[in-house]
Amino acid sequence: MNPLSLYEKLWQSHVVREESDGTALLYIDRHLVHEVTSPQAFEGLRLAHRDLWRVGSILATADHNTPTTNQKVIADPVSRLQVDTLDDNCRRYGITEYPMGDHRQGIVHVIGPEQGATLPGMTVVCGDSHTSTHGAFAALAMGIGTSEVEHVMATQTLLSRKAKIMQVNVEGVLRPGVTAKDVALAIIGHIGTAGGTGHAIEFAGSVIRGLSMEGRMTLCNMAIEAGARAGMVAVDDVTLRYLEGRPYAPKGAQWQAAVAYWRTLHSDEGARFDQKVTLDAGTFEPLVTWGTSPEMVVSITGRVPDPALESDVTRREGMERALRYMDLQPNMAISDIAIDKVFIGSCTNSRLEDLRAAAAVLKGRKVASSLKLALVVPGSGLVKAAAEAEGLDKIFMAAGFEWRNPGCSMCLGMNDDRLSPGERCASTSNRNFEGRQGAGGRTHLVSPQMAAAAAVAGHFVDVRTFLD
Amino acid sequence: MKQFTPLNGLVVPIDRSNVDTDAIIPKQFLKSILRTGFGPNLFDAWRYLDEGQPGQDNARRPINPDFVLNQQRYQGAQVLLARENFGCGSSREHAPWALDDYGIRAVIAPSFADIFYNNCFKSGLLPIVLPADVVDQLFHAVAAHPGYRLVVDLAAQTVTTPEGVAHGFAVDEFRKYCLLNGLDEIGLTLRHADEIRAYEARRAQSEPWIFGVSA
Repeated sequence: MNPLSLYEKLWQSHVVREESDGTALLYIDRHLVHEVTSPQAFEGLRLAHRDLWRVGSILATADHNTPTTNQKVIADPVSRLQVDTLDDNCRRYGITEYPMGDHRQGIVHVIGPEQGATLPGMTVVCGDSHTSTHGAFAALAMGIGTSEVEHVMATQTLLSRKAKIMQVNVEGVLRPGVTAKDVALAIIGHIGTAGGTGHAIEFAGSVIRGLSMEGRMTLCNMAIEAGARAGMVAVDDVTLRYLEGRPYAPKGAQWQAAVAYWRTLHSDEGARFDQKVTLDAGTFEPLVTWGTSPEMVVSITGRVPDPALESDVTRREGMERALRYMDLQPNMAISDIAIDKVFIGSCTNSRLEDLRAAAAVLKGRKVASSLKLALVVPGSGLVKAAAEAEGLDKIFMAAGFEWRNPGCSMCLGMNDDRLSPGERCASTSNRNFEGRQGAGGRTHLVSPQMAAAAAVAGHFVDVRTFLD
Repeated sequence: MKQFTPLNGLVVPIDRSNVDTDAIIPKQFLKSILRTGFGPNLFDAWRYLDEGQPGQDNARRPINPDFVLNQQRYQGAQVLLARENFGCGSSREHAPWALDDYGIRAVIAPSFADIFYNNCFKSGLLPIVLPADVVDQLFHAVAAHPGYRLVVDLAAQTVTTPEGVAHGFAVDEFRKYCLLNGLDEIGLTLRHADEIRAYEARRAQSEPWIFGVSA
């Protein structure tokens, strides 16, 4: 038999039909829905008098607009209408939804895996680019636009073309203080934000095998920031241990049958890849982004780069523009950059492991008095409850952090959690684009540990000096 | 889907790489439950000097005179000329909706982010990939000639300059067919409903847990 890559296995098992130009009708197993990218899709269905193809495939939650304070009702009427519209649509069509106030509500990419609604061998879509997160379970998971959301609702399929395949091997051993987030940023720094364009990335190698499911989700989450259509990791014991007993996971004899199939979800020896990249994790350090693209990243021990040394004109102008926006000088030490706010949360880094790692740094310490706000926003109601059961909330609050309710929060500031113009933030989220966390706000992407350490110091600092 | 008809359009240049969807349409405008009305807030943070909010009277806001969309010579532009990795970032279809609502019909760049590229076709907007050196020449030509226009012909798959130089571009046959005819993709897919059902029946045998009852 032809050796196949993981991506090819997932692709082939979902093709319903294929046109002569290679456009395929791909069957979709799981459809995750949130309030921002779905209202126009539901409206489209109604206008065309169409119904949902398979209502059981959909799991919905409100996350982007939801307040993280104890508001019962959203104050902003525009946000409230969007969330109400999702609730109405879910009621009308009989869709399973975890609305605001439900103890399972949270960021769509946190609750899917948490519920076992994301399973190996599935195709998973959501009207959200960070759907790549779910590839951590050897699923083919893709972010789609609203027209495609409607297409999947009405037909259970997606018109798609086979991607090219890139294997990113991360070998060696991660040093203390270096996390999955740093691995993700190191890969993006290496291949660039467009490095994965047109590709699905399979993450492999000893470092990936050594990551927990949380770590693998962090990594696959940021595959989109490398431009990739999808990111994925093969099934192993870590995957199976995570899934067993989750509400949506198969039980009994079906679990046994599923495991037998899932064990085949890896790239075969000799599988073909369009590109292979190998990185030595032994050289990785905790990273901090300095610019307005995730590829603009440097070690905590490094300095802000000097555009004068860049020979490519477009790149040089991009760097100069980024430094102006970020209000940074070339050659400044990263550890000299002072911050105003800290955000620990987002679909990248809001799971229990992330909160534990940040709390371990904060235990017995206080945030710097120069900080205007330090925010921790758990990824879901269940993450929040689990963290509280361990007493993590007490550690965060004792250190001076605000302990909030789940949602996307200050990753993109569609609710009230935002940066004001000129404010600088150490953030565990995924995008440092201009204005991403609030108009005029300046974002530096870091791991949860690094965010916690920066909160204590009031500026970026090597978290390894905090570990003993 | 809106039909794409041949176009002889004024060109506006956005001379920076990695233009992301947050820049094309900032997050506060994504709260709308409508598909239209995003045009006045296209590139909002670059176009205006204040921070935009949904429902504002945009005509009363202070504009940034340095931003290209505000310059007199580019008023009425239908073709956007861009650099590498245009449309990177989020999957928000509000980005092509905003471009379309503003009046842009085609975007030319050396490369696009995948989801944005895909979303354009669904909104009747044509994304065109041309080689980086050709795009570079076009940037120079636009800067040198006020009123610079390009003819975009999807059927012929060409972009033609005022001097008559035609640059060919690639596009998938199926996407071209749908866009030229303004076809409803859902309607097309539903013609294959029997095949989808047959596929489901096979999968329900091999992977029944996919079709299990919700928890």
